[in-house]
Amino acid sequence: MADTKTGIGASVRRKEDLRFITGKGNYTDDINLKDQTIGYFLRSPHAHAKIKGINTAKARKMDGVVGIFTGEDVAKDKLGGLICGWMIHSKDGSPMKAGPHPVLALDKVRFVGDQVALIVAETKEQARAAAQAIVVSYDVLPHVVDVAKAMKSKANVHDLAPDNRVFNWSLGNEADTNAAFAKAAHVTSMDIVNNRLIPNAMEPRAAIGSYDTGTESYTLYTTSQNPHVARLVISAFHGLAPEHKLRVIAPDVGGGFGSKIFIYGEEVACVWASKFIGGRPIKWTGERSESFLCDAHGRDHVTKAELAMDASGKITGMRVHTKASMGAYLSTFSAAVPTYLYGTLLSGQYNIPNIYVEVDAIYTNTAPVDAYRGAGRPEATYVVERLVETAARELKMDPAEFRRKNFVTSFPHQTPVIMMYDAGDYGASLDKALAMADYKNFTSRKAESAKNGKLRGVGFSAYIEACGIAPSAAVGSLGAGVGLWESAEVRVNPIGTVEILTGSHSHGQGHETTFAQLVSERLGVDINNVLIVHGDTDKVQMGMGTYGSRSGAVGMTAISKALDKIEAKAKKIAAAVMESSVNDVEFKDGTFTIKGTDKKMGFGEVALASYLGHKFNTSEIELGLKESAFHDPSNFVFPAGVHICEVEVDVDTGLTKIASYTAVDDFGNLINPMIVEGQVQGGVAQGIGQALLEGAVYDEDSGQLLTGSFMDYNMPRAANMPHIENFQLGFTCTPCPSNPLGMKGCGEAGAIAAPPAVINAITHALGVRDIAMPATPLTVWTAMQSMKIAAE
Amino acid sequence: MENFNYHRPATVLAAAAMLKKSKDGKYMGGGHTLLPTMKQGLASPTDIIDLTAIKNFGGIKLSKTMVTIKAGTTHMEVATSKEIKKAIPALAEMAGKIGGVHVRHKGTIGGSIANADPAADYPSACLGLGATIETNKRKIEADKFFTGMFETALKAGEIITAVHFPIPKKSAHQKFPNPASRYALTGVFLSQDAKGKVRVGVTGAAASAFRATDIEAALAKDFSAKSASSVKIAAKGLMSDMHATAAYRAHLVSVLAGRAVAAAK
Ligand SMILES: Cc1cc2nc3c(=O)[nH]c(=O)nc-3n(C[C@H](O)[C@H](O)[C@H](O)COP(=O)(O)OP(=O)(O)OC[C@H]3O[C@@H](n4cnc5c(N)ncnc54)[C@H](O)[C@@H]3O)c2cc1C
Repeated sequence: MADTKTGIGASVRRKEDLRFITGKGNYTDDINLKDQTIGYFLRSPHAHAKIKGINTAKARKMDGVVGIFTGEDVAKDKLGGLICGWMIHSKDGSPMKAGPHPVLALDKVRFVGDQVALIVAETKEQARAAAQAIVVSYDVLPHVVDVAKAMKSKANVHDLAPDNRVFNWSLGNEADTNAAFAKAAHVTSMDIVNNRLIPNAMEPRAAIGSYDTGTESYTLYTTSQNPHVARLVISAFHGLAPEHKLRVIAPDVGGGFGSKIFIYGEEVACVWASKFIGGRPIKWTGERSESFLCDAHGRDHVTKAELAMDASGKITGMRVHTKASMGAYLSTFSAAVPTYLYGTLLSGQYNIPNIYVEVDAIYTNTAPVDAYRGAGRPEATYVVERLVETAARELKMDPAEFRRKNFVTSFPHQTPVIMMYDAGDYGASLDKALAMADYKNFTSRKAESAKNGKLRGVGFSAYIEACGIAPSAAVGSLGAGVGLWESAEVRVNPIGTVEILTGSHSHGQGHETTFAQLVSERLGVDINNVLIVHGDTDKVQMGMGTYGSRSGAVGMTAISKALDKIEAKAKKIAAAVMESSVNDVEFKDGTFTIKGTDKKMGFGEVALASYLGHKFNTSEIELGLKESAFHDPSNFVFPAGVHICEVEVDVDTGLTKIASYTAVDDFGNLINPMIVEGQVQGGVAQGIGQALLEGAVYDEDSGQLLTGSFMDYNMPRAANMPHIENFQLGFTCTPCPSNPLGMKGCGEAGAIAAPPAVINAITHALGVRDIAMPATPLTVWTAMQSMKIAAE
Repeated sequence: MENFNYHRPATVLAAAAMLKKSKDGKYMGGGHTLLPTMKQGLASPTDIIDLTAIKNFGGIKLSKTMVTIKAGTTHMEVATSKEIKKAIPALAEMAGKIGGVHVRHKGTIGGSIANADPAADYPSACLGLGATIETNKRKIEADKFFTGMFETALKAGEIITAVHFPIPKKSAHQKFPNPASRYALTGVFLSQDAKGKVRVGVTGAAASAFRATDIEAALAKDFSAKSASSVKIAAKGLMSDMHATAAYRAHLVSVLAGRAVAAAK
């Protein structure tokens, strides 16, 4: 749009923020229904135990108790268990071993925090008191929390997987890859650990479940990134009620980062149990300690990775074997994460002719592991970028030039691991990042740091990721239980304001603004006259939700397609009203004009005309202005970029500071650069968190989560970030060819790119090959001590 | 959290009497340690005796040789006190590094010292400055006050009323925060008095705050950063957890003591 500053490419302030930052958001916990009760979950104190019996007799008689539900009640009512929506087959063709995952534990508990009973009472205090009066007798079983040890442990998490292995998946050509290694002039080999993370969205999970005894239908308010998928699963797999008798509403949601994609037992239990207490709504708001214990965690990989090179430094092969912890149960999308979202990204930005990856997915007695900001791609990028950096150092090549030498330079590019990269210019991002980071003067900065007792290092991360998610038929053939399209409906009101109904779900991303910008650009409507409706299965017919940086590339494309139809129909009406041929109608900046005449109509006038039906033949042109569209992507989108991190390590204490951080990203066309920058900054903050601060620790002996609160789990703070002046963002642009807006995804890039950039910088500063994440002061100091000892 | 009776006495005497009468009562200062432990179910007192309504329970007084901080004074009041900034700048700085702004506005010196968290900051200042802790019953030297993890010389029902800090010639506080909680992973409070006597109080490293007497001895001979940082502290007896090993804490004590000497003013 030429004459407004709210169209595509404008850094419009977020429409939703005033409401959020003045406390006027409407989150699940803000909602209170008539006759509401409070739900409270009794949880397992043990990592692994048989439930011998649950005595609720005393608790049931306590003040205010409305109902108590256990796994037996769930089983009696034949409510189905939680599912994993992606079927992975092992190398030998056998299907993955999905153990039972009941809504409330039945017979056995498998991790500390596993939900054993739902206590419903008038108040939370009463529910908690009753929970304390329940006597559960447990037979404690051996447990295992360490993914590296689980296959040889005497603990057996699920009977159907005696060695705790869920599947042994592979991708790529093993024989060719082995041959490449046999011929290699140099091989770089590393053991790489990707630390377990706890998402910690600002808003804990919450639910209100209710049953209407009159209409015999259920309503679930919940903190979900994809309410329609929740309805589908609860309806089709749990068998609670058919979809038309189940409404799922995800109102304002305070952050998800993946952890609110999944269907969890607590939410299902609340909506199910309401029927047994006369339809009274049951509200559960998770406490922060429950978020730590029970929200799906992220990462937790142990990998052996090798890179083969010829004498000139060209990469000829990559071989990877990963043990991926799945936790105690297979969460909703867990099986896809260490497979098709991981193995397929191992080619990075590089031309690697031969890749072979094998993944053992393994049960442990820990919280389930599933998608967390980046989901698989951070793990892949960490493997690739640590390997590449280390290889460059071993070959005594500049790490930037070693990368450049191996970059993919022509597109489309077919990797050996499924992906077909459609567009990119990796060299352009590298050049820009090198210039912005002033790489050529690094040595003088290093000398300056040394004067202050600081070791300075620089690290690169040339990441690529695949998001938006692929054609439904393709993901279906790879085991997905759903399609990964998106839907949109555009409703134009008679006065020309616009309602967009979308299956995407905003929980921090700013859809109310960016989606409105698209409408403003296309229809010339003020963004304040656009309403974005989402998160309610009774309003939006069907949708796949928001994760995998897909709301732009897939969600907005669906809107764009529906807008195409609106425009086409509006043109027909405009032509009829202005008594001209539709071929002569032009639409620009919100005005319809007739070629070669001075006839014109505003968008609002056409909207009104469409509902009046006075001036066109309503048997030829249907009344109204309302269109919908589904969009199935024809490919993943491939955001890529180069991030450069400089660190300063304090020699005395091992404390690492991010001295500077430069992110150059290619997200194709940007709708709202300010929001994109915010996404990059937030993602990088999470990536720095993974590299320096965050790590979930389970105690081997007791199986307890040691990092169960912010006293021990270190979330990034402003002070851990580089100073804003040293935190530079830059963009390059190769428009994405697979969607009309030319967009790629930007939501996860920062979290994907940052960890290897930071760790490459620390290992560079110290002159060591590897350092574990999180590189805490203790870890770094300990590494420096062993170097000192080695030097002596 | 369990239900409890809430009292708000106006005098120290009344507070002490209420505690005596209660079944399992607890005094409350800022509540910023007590309330979180109650929320977690780690403490469930029958009675809370809130000390903050007691008249003149907080406040700062200065003499030529002494800074007196009354028990109900918040960390924020200490951090921003002009007099303390002048007399013992390191003490104001230390208070300014406790927790976040909310914590500093609620937490009190009395509560912090009575609680004797091994990672709390005030205990190092008490030891490093040679403070005297005054209660409703007596005066206790800091050196005899901190007796173990969350343990002090306070008898049942005893109320801290004030802490007296002698004004040194120089002092400094160095804190290496726990990366997650921001309590002291290790903290050192150092002072040198007019006669040249050096005191080095250490917190966060052991079950209880202690004086690093080896470093004090080294600094008595040679008051230099190098002299402090080259003292090797024994790791034995220090705490080990996921954030720091005993060896790392021992190392930090020397490093921070060296930095404190360099920063002392
Ligand atoms: C998020 C957070 C971060 C924190 N970070 C730090 C930190 O970095 N460094 C640090 O040192 N501390 C830290 N604290 C602790 C904080 O300083 C506390 O406020 C303080 O330790 C206790 O003071 P209070 O007045 O809140 O005591 P309360 O919580 O009220 O009481 C603590 C204990 O002392 C007893 N008590 C209180 N007053 C008296 C008295 N006058 N006489 C006898 N007994 C008394 C109570 O009965 C109770 O047992 C933090 C706390 C929080 C919540």
